Amino acid sequence: MNGVIVTENLTRRFGETLAVDRLSLTVEAGEVFGFLGHNGAGKTTTVRLLNGVLLADGGAMQVLGRSPQSDGPAVRARTGVLTETPSLEERLTARENLTVYANLYGIALPQIKKRVDTVLEMFDLAERADEKAGAYSKGMKQRLALARALLHQPELLFLDEPTAALDPVAARQVHEIITHLSRDEGRTVFLCTHNLNEAQRLCDRVAVMEHGRMLALGTPAELGQQLGGRARLEIEVAPGDTGQAADLLRSAGATEVRVEHDTLYAAGIHREAVPGLLAALVTAGIHVYRLTPVEPSLEDIYFAIHDRANGEVAS
Amino acid sequence: MNWRAIRAIVTKDWKVIRQSRSVILPMVLLPVIILVLLPGGMGLLLSNLPSDSPDLTNMTSDMQMFFNNMPPSIAAALDGLTTEAQKTAVLFLVYIFAPLYLILPIMVASVVAADSFVGEKERKTLEALIYAPTSDRELYVAKMLLPWILAVAVSVIGASLYAIVVNVSLWPMMERVFFPNMTWVLLALWVSPAAAGLGLGAIVLVSSRASTFMEAQQTAGLVVIPIVVLMISQMAGIVYFGVEMVLVLGLILWLIDAVILWYGARRFQRGELMARL
Repeated sequence: MNGVIVTENLTRRFGETLAVDRLSLTVEAGEVFGFLGHNGAGKTTTVRLLNGVLLADGGAMQVLGRSPQSDGPAVRARTGVLTETPSLEERLTARENLTVYANLYGIALPQIKKRVDTVLEMFDLAERADEKAGAYSKGMKQRLALARALLHQPELLFLDEPTAALDPVAARQVHEIITHLSRDEGRTVFLCTHNLNEAQRLCDRVAVMEHGRMLALGTPAELGQQLGGRARLEIEVAPGDTGQAADLLRSAGATEVRVEHDTLYAAGIHREAVPGLLAALVTAGIHVYRLTPVEPSLEDIYFAIHDRANGEVAS
Repeated sequence: MNWRAIRAIVTKDWKVIRQSRSVILPMVLLPVIILVLLPGGMGLLLSNLPSDSPDLTNMTSDMQMFFNNMPPSIAAALDGLTTEAQKTAVLFLVYIFAPLYLILPIMVASVVAADSFVGEKERKTLEALIYAPTSDRELYVAKMLLPWILAVAVSVIGASLYAIVVNVSLWPMMERVFFPNMTWVLLALWVSPAAAGLGLGAIVLVSSRASTFMEAQQTAGLVVIPIVVLMISQMAGIVYFGVEMVLVLGLILWLIDAVILWYGARRFQRGELMARL
């Protein structure tokens, strides 16, 4: 098995519920891998399985070349996990919180103070290092939890909804940190999120999960291709031409046409058909002021995948 | 065993509980009430009662069953005393208080363990700890050590304090250091560590189901019921806290501890803990 994370038909049940259903994926070294899904999709359970915190009911997995099932402590010594809640001892100071985990992760005793100071500095917490964590804002707590996850310089970092409870400013800080960890330090990041903008911005590849099952896997561009290479179009026309333009778009194969003021939004047109469509609009005497093909966003892809999956289930 | 990691968890828990009033208050108040105020008050009262006081006669007449059935060793200890007040003092402060003392290690161990096991779950700090590179066994040992060490420390210090209070408050009457006797030495060093284990074991058993510190502590509080039964049984002349009885009691508690803690260790799996978060 090659790759930092390799799973084959990984399965975990809770009673009758399949929390993770035959998950097979490979995460390569140095990539930011997005694990997308609604609440209850199986993201957190997968992180727990990959860290040997939960035992699998079926399938195989390797993390950093070891089995989390039989070698949990050794795997966890090389991974860092940012849990969904910061899980900090609020009665202890930031420095005390980090020192406890420096000892747990076996950082050499003479190096603990230096390493703790380094991460406090890195996460802009040095000035308030001796304040109790309970007095911190949500953003600061999240940064402290991230500092704790990175204290032992793990090769693989699991981030479970890292910005779920943060305001935009704090979320942006966390995004910058993740980008730095990946691009500048070459760490592998396994990012669980239901924030599609976050995934689009940060991830090299994504997997889309639903009810424990992986629906799709690839780069955002590859997943866009899976939708048939169809783009959305934004077309601004003269005020009296919207009706005629909408008819023409439908006849050209648009699956959905929406009109807002003087702009039409069309979906389902192949990128190759755009020049012909523009010519047809002009030939029909429609005054076209702007035509912009918009590549599908991860959000479009995500909902299309879910709609397709739900359609399959319904049929 | 990764003792460095275990020490880190114990140190963390100690720092955390030091700042928790709901843990520190019972740890301080319970020994003060049971081992200082109650015996001190009783000692002073008995020292100042006239030898022909009807209160004294009433107190001893309530204990007729105890006197009737007491074993020869205790009878010999009481025979050496010359006044009724001296006998009453020794009867209450040496024998009747003995089972009451055992409430202390049980309560301290269960309060600290409730905070360590269930309080951590309640504060949502357990998840980060579960992802640490320790084995289940190391985590279990780390979580057990602090409550046990604290309970034993409080009990031994408490027994020493009790000895001082008893001797000082009864000095006008006894005019000599008469306490502790062998029963109390064994209670402090042999039985109280086992009783602490019992309080700890009770929390281990209820911790997976309890979701709050208070809930765990209340359920584990049921463990003091056998101690109350022992106390009543002694007053009724059924059991006596002599040396043999204390040795056997300690042995029974250690055996119960071994079974509960072995069972707890088998059930203590981070996956189970995580599933209940």
